[in-house]
Amino acid sequence: MRVKLSLIALCLAMVAMLAACGGEAEKIEKKDAQGDVETGEVAAPAKLVLGVAGAHSGDLASYGLPSINAAKLVAAKLNAAGGVNGAMVEVVSQDDQCKPELATNAATKMVSDEVKIVLGHICSGATKAAMPIYLESEIVVMSPSATNPPLTQSGEYPNFFRTIAPDDAQAALEVSFAKGLGLKKIAVIHDKGDYGKGFASFCKQFIEAEDGIEVVLFEGVTPGAVDYSAVVQKIKGSGADGVIFGGYHPEASKIVSGMRKKGVEIPFLSDDGVKDDTFIKVAGKYAEGVYATGPMDFSDNPVYQEAVAAHKKEFGADPGPFFPEAYSAALALLNAVENAGSTDYAKVTEALRTKYVDTAVGKLKFDAKGDAEGVGFSVYQVKDGKYVEVK
Amino acid sequence: MSNLTQDTSQQSAMSFFLTAGCDSLPHALKKSFLAAIWFVFLTFPIMVIRVDTIDKTVVWRWENMAYIALSIFFGSFVWRWLLARKELEKDETKGETKIEALLTVIQTTPTIKFSLLCLIAVIAVVAPLKFTFLGSKLQFFDLYQTNIMVSCLVYVVLGLGLNIVVGLAGLLDLGYVAFYAVGAYAYALSNMHWGLGFWFALPLGAVLGTLLGVLLGFPVLRLRGDYLAIVTLGFGEIIRLVLENWGEVTMGPSGISKIARPGFFGMKMSIIDSTIYMYYIMIGLVIFTIFCVNRLQNSRIGRAWLALREDEIACQAMGIDKMKTKLMAFALGATWAGMAGVVFAAKTTFINPASFTFWESAIILSIVVIGGMGSIRGVIVGAIILILVPEYLRDFAEFRMLLFGAIMVLVMVFRPQGLISAKRKIYKYKASNTASAGNE
Amino acid sequence: MEYFLELLLGGLTRGSIYALIALGYTMVYGIIELINFAHGEIYMIGAFTGLIVAGLLTMLGFPGASILAIALVCAVIWAAAYGYTIEKVAYKPLRGAPRLSPLISAIGMSIFLQNYVMLSQTSDFLPFPELIPEFGFMKGYNSIMSSSELVIVGATILSCIGLTLFIKFTKLGKAMRATAQNRKMAMLVGINVDMVISATFVIGSSLAAVGGVLIASHVGQINYFIGFIAGIKAFTAAVLGGIGSIPGAMLGALVLGMTEAFATGYVSSDYEDVFAFCLLVLILIFRPAGIMGKEKTQKV
Repeated sequence: MRVKLSLIALCLAMVAMLAACGGEAEKIEKKDAQGDVETGEVAAPAKLVLGVAGAHSGDLASYGLPSINAAKLVAAKLNAAGGVNGAMVEVVSQDDQCKPELATNAATKMVSDEVKIVLGHICSGATKAAMPIYLESEIVVMSPSATNPPLTQSGEYPNFFRTIAPDDAQAALEVSFAKGLGLKKIAVIHDKGDYGKGFASFCKQFIEAEDGIEVVLFEGVTPGAVDYSAVVQKIKGSGADGVIFGGYHPEASKIVSGMRKKGVEIPFLSDDGVKDDTFIKVAGKYAEGVYATGPMDFSDNPVYQEAVAAHKKEFGADPGPFFPEAYSAALALLNAVENAGSTDYAKVTEALRTKYVDTAVGKLKFDAKGDAEGVGFSVYQVKDGKYVEVK
Repeated sequence: MSNLTQDTSQQSAMSFFLTAGCDSLPHALKKSFLAAIWFVFLTFPIMVIRVDTIDKTVVWRWENMAYIALSIFFGSFVWRWLLARKELEKDETKGETKIEALLTVIQTTPTIKFSLLCLIAVIAVVAPLKFTFLGSKLQFFDLYQTNIMVSCLVYVVLGLGLNIVVGLAGLLDLGYVAFYAVGAYAYALSNMHWGLGFWFALPLGAVLGTLLGVLLGFPVLRLRGDYLAIVTLGFGEIIRLVLENWGEVTMGPSGISKIARPGFFGMKMSIIDSTIYMYYIMIGLVIFTIFCVNRLQNSRIGRAWLALREDEIACQAMGIDKMKTKLMAFALGATWAGMAGVVFAAKTTFINPASFTFWESAIILSIVVIGGMGSIRGVIVGAIILILVPEYLRDFAEFRMLLFGAIMVLVMVFRPQGLISAKRKIYKYKASNTASAGNE
Repeated sequence: MEYFLELLLGGLTRGSIYALIALGYTMVYGIIELINFAHGEIYMIGAFTGLIVAGLLTMLGFPGASILAIALVCAVIWAAAYGYTIEKVAYKPLRGAPRLSPLISAIGMSIFLQNYVMLSQTSDFLPFPELIPEFGFMKGYNSIMSSSELVIVGATILSCIGLTLFIKFTKLGKAMRATAQNRKMAMLVGINVDMVISATFVIGSSLAAVGGVLIASHVGQINYFIGFIAGIKAFTAAVLGGIGSIPGAMLGALVLGMTEAFATGYVSSDYEDVFAFCLLVLILIFRPAGIMGKEKTQKV
C-alpha cells in the first residue's frame, strides 16, 4: 500500500522533471533549426510569429481575450493572401493576468522563443514591467490599450507603440467637456487602480488649472466591495454637480446605479474603460445619460466593419473591448514587417514611423515617441441604450 | 466494514478497488450510481444552463450532464478506494512512506548523502549555462526556465521563513506577505531616491523585516489560534492598503519601475546574464536559508518553538519565556521575507501593491502545509510543486487554476500531514555488550 | 444630521450583508473549528443560481413577485447542496488531521469553485435583474434608504432571530450546541455528529445564498469573483464578534459595516478597509476572544 502512494509521488516528480527536460529538448531542437538565423542573417523565416501578451485569465481577462481573437483574424486574413513576405503568420499568446511579475515572465518567454513582434500588453502596469526586457532584446511592442502616458512620452522605450491615445489626452478632453456642460463642482472618483487613479489624477490636475471649475471630492473606491452607498452619500454631501469616474465598467455601473437609486441625478462622466457595451448591458437603465470618452468613432471605417464581421463569423459573438485597437495593432505590425522586408528592429520601427497603414481605427502612422497619429478621443453618451458620439 | 476483518491478502486488488468502503459489489454500484445522480443534480444550474440576461437567450448544455454522470460514477470508485487505503494505512505503523524512508537512509549514510548533494549542486550550477558537451549544444534551462526557477527559489525562501512561524512555532500567520512587501518597497524606494544598490539593500531588507516582525508581534501576543490568524491577515491588508493609498511616498498603484538589478562589481549586464546572475544569487540565498533554519531548528530557541507549538501552557510551566519566543519567531520569520522581497523587486524591476495581496500569503501558507509543516525538505518540495506546476500546466491554459485548486484539496485529503513530514531527531543507541538483541 | 443618518443606514445595510455570510462562518467554526474559506464561494454560487433561475423564469414570463421567491428557494436549495457536498468531500476526511490541513483544503476548494463557475459560466460581469420590488411606502425615503436595502436588513434580522430561536429551542439546535461544546461526548450521548455537522453546513450555506441573491439584486451585477472579498470581510466580522457565537457574528458584522460606512463618510473612502482592520486589531487587543467571545479556559 505504502509502495503505491510513494510510487505515485515518484511518478509525479518524474513527470515534472520530464516535462522540464522535454521542454528543453524542444528548445534545443528549435535552436539548432534556427542556428543559421542566429548568425545575423535576417532573411524572412518561413514562419512569422506574432506574440500576443495580456490578461487571458483572471478578472481582467475580458479585456485581454479580444486581442487574441483580433490577432488570429488578422493572421488568417494575411495568410490567406500569401502571408507576410512569404512567411505564414502564427499567433503565440502568453498570459500575464495584468500582473507585473507575470508580465516579466511572459516577456522573457517571448525573448527566449525569439519572437520579434509583440501585440500587448493590455494593462499599463504590466506593460511598464515588461518593457525593459523587450527593449533590451529589441522587440517591437504595440499595445491596443496601455494608455499610461510616460510609456511613450518619457522617450525611454523607442520600441513601444500604441494604437490608442494616452490618458492625459483623454483627461483633457473630459475636463473641457465637463466645463462645456457648465459643471462647476466636480467629484472625482477612481478605483485605486493604476489606470483609474492615473486618469482621475490627470483630471484633477487639469480641473485645478482651470478657472470656474473645482474639485470638491477626490476619493478612491475599493473594487469588488459589497456596496458603494457610503461613497454615494459622500458625493451627495459634497454638493458636487458632476462626477468624473476613472476606472472600469463594473465599479462605474455600481456607482451610477447607486447614485440614481438615491436620487442623485447629476451627470456622470467616465473614461474609455467604461465606454464599452458591457457597461450598458450590466448597468441597464441606469446607464442612460452617462458620458464616457472613447476612441474616435470608426463605425464607418470599412476595415473595422470587415473585422467585426469576421469576428462574428469566426467566433459567433460580438467582439469585446479593445478589439478594434488590437486588430489595428496587428495589422500595423505585420504591415510594417512587410514594408521592412524582414523583422529587423531598425527597419520595422522605421517602417512604422514612416508608412501609413489602413487600420480599423483609421489611417495610422506612428510618431517619434510611439503614439499613433490619427487616433484621438471623443465623448460619447448613452442614448436609448447605445453609445452615441457627442459632437 | 466487513472487508477489514477479512484477510486482505486473500482478496484480490481488483476486488478491493471495486468494493472499498462498501459491503459488496452491488452495494458499491448503487453508491456510485447515487453519487452520480447527486452530482448531476448539484451541477445542473451552473454547468447545464447558461442564461444570458442581456440577449435573453438560454443555452442548454445537456452533454455536460453526461460527462458529469460518467466521471462521477467512475471517480467515486477511485475516491472510495483511496479513502479506504488511507484508513488502512492509519492502522499500520504510523511510520513513514517509502520516500521518507529512502530520504532517511540517504541522510544517514554519509557517502550517499554527499554524492547526491554534489550531483544536485553540479546540476544546479550548470543548469542555466550554455555549453558544448561531446559536440552537441546543451542547455538545461533557457532564459524562460531560469526566470521561473528564480521565482520558485524566492518562494522556497518565503516558505522556509513562514515555516519558522507556522511550522516550528505553530503561530498561524496569514499576513506574511506584509514583510515581503516591506522588503520589496524598501529596496525599490531606496533605489529610486538614493540609488542604493542591491547588495546594500539586502541586509536593509532583512533588518526592516525583523523590525516589522517585532512590531507586529507585540499586539498579537495574547491571541491564540484563529484570532491570531485574522489579526495577521488584517495587518497584511493594512500594509497593502497603506502602500496603495499613500501615493506620495510609495507611488501608489502605479508602482515603482526601473529598479536596478544586482550589480557584479559595476558590470553592466544583459537580461540573460542578469537573470543567470540572479539565479546564482538565489541559490546562494537558499543554501544560506536552509543552513540557518536547520541550525535554528536544533538550537535552544528552536526547541522552545516546538514546545510552544505542542502545548503553550506546558511550555510556560517549563520556564520558557512565551513572549520572547513568540517575538523571536515572528522576527526571524519576517527577516527571510524581507530579504526575499528585495530579491523579488530586483528580479521583476517593477513592483506595485497588487503583487502583495492576501492571496500571496495563502499560497505561501499552502507551500508550507502541503510540503509538510516544520520540515525543510517538505517546504522545498512544496514550493517546487506549487510554483512549477502552474507554469507547466500553462498548456491547459484555462483549466490551470481549476486543477491547481483540485490538487490542493486532493493532496490535503490524502496526505494531511504534508508530502514530506517533519523529522524529529531520533537518537539510536547501538546495543554494545548486552545480551539482548534489542536495537530499535 | 441627515448625512449621519444616511451613513448609519448605509452601514446597517452593509453590516447585514456581512452578517448573513458571517453566520455561516461562525456556525461552522463553532462546530468543527474550521475557517471555511470556501464559504464566500457558496455565497457566489447562490447568487449565480438565483441569476440563472430568475433569467429562465423571466423569459418564461412569470410574474415579478414569484420570480424572487422561486429564485431564493432555488438558490437556497442548491447552495445547501454545495455546502453539504463540500463538507463531505473536502472536510470530512480531514476530521482527525492537524489543524491547518482542512484550512488549506478550504483554500483549495475556494480556488476550485471560483474557477469552476468561471469556466462553466463566464468570466464577465453579468447583470442581475432587480428582483426586489419597490415598495410604495418607501417612496418618500428613497434618498435615505431604498426598498432593497430595507429588504436586506429585514431579511437579516429575521434570519438571526430565526436562527437563535432554532438553536435554542429545537432538538437539532440543542444537538448542535452539544457538538460544539464537546464532540466526543455528544457522540457518546447518542447524537449523530455527522448529521449535525452536515446540518450546520446546510444552514450556513442557505443563509449565504439568501444574502447572495439579495445583495446581487441590490447591486445589480455578479461575477465569479465576488465571493472572495465578501468572504474575507464576513470572516473578519465573525472574528470581531467572537467566532463561534451567533449573536457575536451579527454584532461583529454590524460593527464592521458601520465602521466602514463612517470611515468613508467622515474620513476618506481610500482608507475604509484600513479603519476596519485597525478596529479589529484594537478590539482583539483588549478583548482577545472577540466582543462576545467566551474566553476558553484551557485545561491542563
